[in-house]
Amino acid sequence: MATVQEETAAAVPVPLSAVNDFVIKFANVNGSGSASANELFAKSILRMGVPVSPRNIFPSNIQGLPTWYEVRVNERGWLGRRGGVDLMVAMNPQTWDADLAEIEPGGYLFYDSTKPLPRSKFRSDVHVIGVPLTQLCSEHYTVARERQLFKNIMYIGALSVLLEVEPDAIEKLLAEQYRGKEKLLDANRQAFQLGRRYVLDNLPHPIGLRVRRADNVGERIFVDGNTAAALGCVYGGATVCAWYPITPSSSLAEAFQKYCMKYRVDPASGANRFAIVQAEDEIASIGMVVGAGWNGARAFTTTSGPGISLMNEFIGLAYFAEIPVTIIDVQRGGPSTGMPTRTQQSDVLACAYASHGDTKHVLLLPQDPTECFEFAAAALDLADRLQTPVFVLTDLDIGMNQRLCEPLAWDDARVYDRGKVMTAEELDAGKEFGRYKDVDGDGIPYRTYPGTHPTKGAYFTRGTSRDPYARYSERGPDYVYNMERLLHKFDTARSLVPAPLPRSAAKPARFGAIYYGSTSPAMAEAIALLEQDGLQLDTLRVRAFPFAESVRAFIDAHDAVYVVEQNRDAQLRSLLINEFDLDPARVPAVLHYDGTPITARFIARAIGERVRTAAAQTSHAGAC
Amino acid sequence: MTFVAKPKLHHPTLPQNALCYTRRDYEGKISTLCAGCGHDSISAAIIQACWELSLEPHRLAKLSGIGCSSKTPDYFLGQSHGFNTVHGRMPSVLTGANLANRELIYLGVSGDGDSASIGIGQFVHAIRRGVNMTYIVENNGVYGLTKGQFSATADQGSTSKRGVVNADSPIDLIGLALQLGATYVGRSFSGDKAQLVPLIKGAIAHRGAAFLDVISPCVAFNNHAGSTKSYEYVRAHNDAVNRLDVIPARAEIAVDYSAGETVEVEQHDGSRLRLHKIDADYDPRDRIAAMNYVQQHQARGEVVTGLLYVDAEAEDLHAHLNTVTAPFNRLEAAELSPGAAVLAKINAGFR
Repeated sequence: MATVQEETAAAVPVPLSAVNDFVIKFANVNGSGSASANELFAKSILRMGVPVSPRNIFPSNIQGLPTWYEVRVNERGWLGRRGGVDLMVAMNPQTWDADLAEIEPGGYLFYDSTKPLPRSKFRSDVHVIGVPLTQLCSEHYTVARERQLFKNIMYIGALSVLLEVEPDAIEKLLAEQYRGKEKLLDANRQAFQLGRRYVLDNLPHPIGLRVRRADNVGERIFVDGNTAAALGCVYGGATVCAWYPITPSSSLAEAFQKYCMKYRVDPASGANRFAIVQAEDEIASIGMVVGAGWNGARAFTTTSGPGISLMNEFIGLAYFAEIPVTIIDVQRGGPSTGMPTRTQQSDVLACAYASHGDTKHVLLLPQDPTECFEFAAAALDLADRLQTPVFVLTDLDIGMNQRLCEPLAWDDARVYDRGKVMTAEELDAGKEFGRYKDVDGDGIPYRTYPGTHPTKGAYFTRGTSRDPYARYSERGPDYVYNMERLLHKFDTARSLVPAPLPRSAAKPARFGAIYYGSTSPAMAEAIALLEQDGLQLDTLRVRAFPFAESVRAFIDAHDAVYVVEQNRDAQLRSLLINEFDLDPARVPAVLHYDGTPITARFIARAIGERVRTAAAQTSHAGAC
Repeated sequence: MTFVAKPKLHHPTLPQNALCYTRRDYEGKISTLCAGCGHDSISAAIIQACWELSLEPHRLAKLSGIGCSSKTPDYFLGQSHGFNTVHGRMPSVLTGANLANRELIYLGVSGDGDSASIGIGQFVHAIRRGVNMTYIVENNGVYGLTKGQFSATADQGSTSKRGVVNADSPIDLIGLALQLGATYVGRSFSGDKAQLVPLIKGAIAHRGAAFLDVISPCVAFNNHAGSTKSYEYVRAHNDAVNRLDVIPARAEIAVDYSAGETVEVEQHDGSRLRLHKIDADYDPRDRIAAMNYVQQHQARGEVVTGLLYVDAEAEDLHAHLNTVTAPFNRLEAAELSPGAAVLAKINAGFR
């Protein structure tokens, strides 16, 4: 190791030592080509059968600003952020001080030691590993861009020796990545070996943190939520995608395009069974989706908070005129432009009650890419079945980070649910058609597609009030009939959306927790942490709005239920209180909203403290 | 006028078209607009055009935004599905509907407030994309339903009924449409049915973005001296460049005009647009010249009307997107889902 470390050796605590359980963070400069090298690192550990969960922490910028890639290696399979960093790969001088401060005592600092740094730039309780990356690159490469790019793969080589990552796993991944580009492959391999060679010849290795082959990955896949949701739209039969670029949702539309070009081209004619329009704004995006849905095609748009704000008028039209619409909202930090490259769950209320007047909308809340796939396809079915907007609320954490999750599954026998569409044959057979009439008692009326029949079933769609036969009406009873029917329809939705998933503690528990979406992996780990402390907690993962009755039953069955979410104003909690008319004191909020994904440590600490306080208070009250 | 129910009986001598339909079969509900409103004349022209073309009424979809003009689709083609969308956003809804089923005919009806003020963005982009549609702006220069405020097409210096002078420059939708690449562009006047009906017929037969700016005086709020959208003003300043006949595909040519007096353009469906020149130098196939001509004449206060531009070789959005010929709304899982075996391969790529 570098001399700095030796000089301060006396002050250094025992180096952290862990096998298959540590956090490594790469601090890079945006646009320096580090992303693919870092991903390679994460994937190589997966190939060794050890679960990892990486997270991109990136700026709203293309080149120059700081960016981080945090990889949690965890054999037990905890995929949430743990909090803290055991090994920092500090490649960005701009953020050096903050990066250094994040390292756990006894942890490791990996840096480019080409230029000597004063002692004051290091911490005495951190082990320093210096590799002269710039110097090595200058010696071996002449082109400036190569000197930059190969620095990344070189530190991966160095780390592979330090952490005992199997070089074969990395070499194999490189071969897959550069298949058919032999020249690039050779250059990358060379850089990788240069990094390895330097450590093998000059530094003590391995360090206390190590990766050891295991068998804990299984059949699981490693994919980001936007890609999975795009596949859900392909499998779910979406033919029209209208969108406007916005972080963090753009890669969803782009993935939809990629897969459509691969799997949705008619082999006979070479023509496309899809249409993707990059609209002029989010208003036009949702307008096109409304038009396509009205005309019987499955259509979706993908956006983030600012887009939802713009779409509000159309969402109200689709709700009131009853048009199938699927909106995938990859949430980011709000309000306004907010933190466009950070994660939050802060569009819950804006979507649940979107648009003016009395409205309520169906929300689906996936926890990971697998559910992004399932819920995107389900949303297309539900929108047709319920003839209403259906929101899939993911977030940046799920959408833009690769996550280890169950393989995507599709049943070839599955038939799309097109809902209540009256055909020309049914109209000819004399079936009565009232576009806004509840004939089945579920609040859902029948519709016809334009062009169905020469003389029957045509109607005029409008955002104004109308009678059950779609005739313009400003009569109070007609308006009330319709609004009550819409409520009834929303009630029907309750039994059609994904049910909440309960988990009971090993022993009877007085307290519960409700959570949803990307909080899921951190929550699972937090429960284990709390159990270690002797604290039992029942949990319920809410997967949709409207809420099932079992959500109320769960709350009723506990002294208090903590609602854990990633926004400032406890939005899901507000929705629960409002929809179930709850006493707010029964559902204390646990909130994390700084833009970083919530951690197990945060949840366990927050709930642990409150449960202990609550328990102390009740025991005190009991004594009186 | 809304309180009198329309009689359903047809007079036996009413002429029938090739589908044995009379004009009455193309009508809709009774208009609730003011007596003498130019918009009702345009509705009548749409009915006449569809009847003459022998269109099946239910194979046309009519879409509109919000405002007086946007109410009119309820007053024609009662057997067609209609969609009164939100203010200024008809173009996006029509675009989506068109993508969902390319087999129907799409008619977008809008006003000058709906298209030039609140909806200028959507107007611009739908034209740019070449959506296959007939887009009619019923242009009266004012907001009627909110009682007479200026719209963005009101001419600079024209006065409102209350005497307010409009200081803003007008938006010329014809100039915009030409510049943005509309492939069928015409202007007409609600009071000139003989000119308007063939323009609508040609627009419906056109494959691509067809735009018609129809000056349609508002009798309640913009038909006074000082208005440049009044019946009197438009009649006095109407500068028609040509007269159009639309000859259906396979129809025999009855009369031969001598060269120099007519221009004939064949459209995709085989129908022919025969233009009788009024201005001998005007060539509606030359986009740049059309833009110059319209600008020069408008600068003199004239209202240039007729078929101003047509590109018979135009392509539409479906051609740009290379979509299949089958309507999307008829595709099922077998054609849309790549299947479980493909998904297994995709999964393998994620390991």
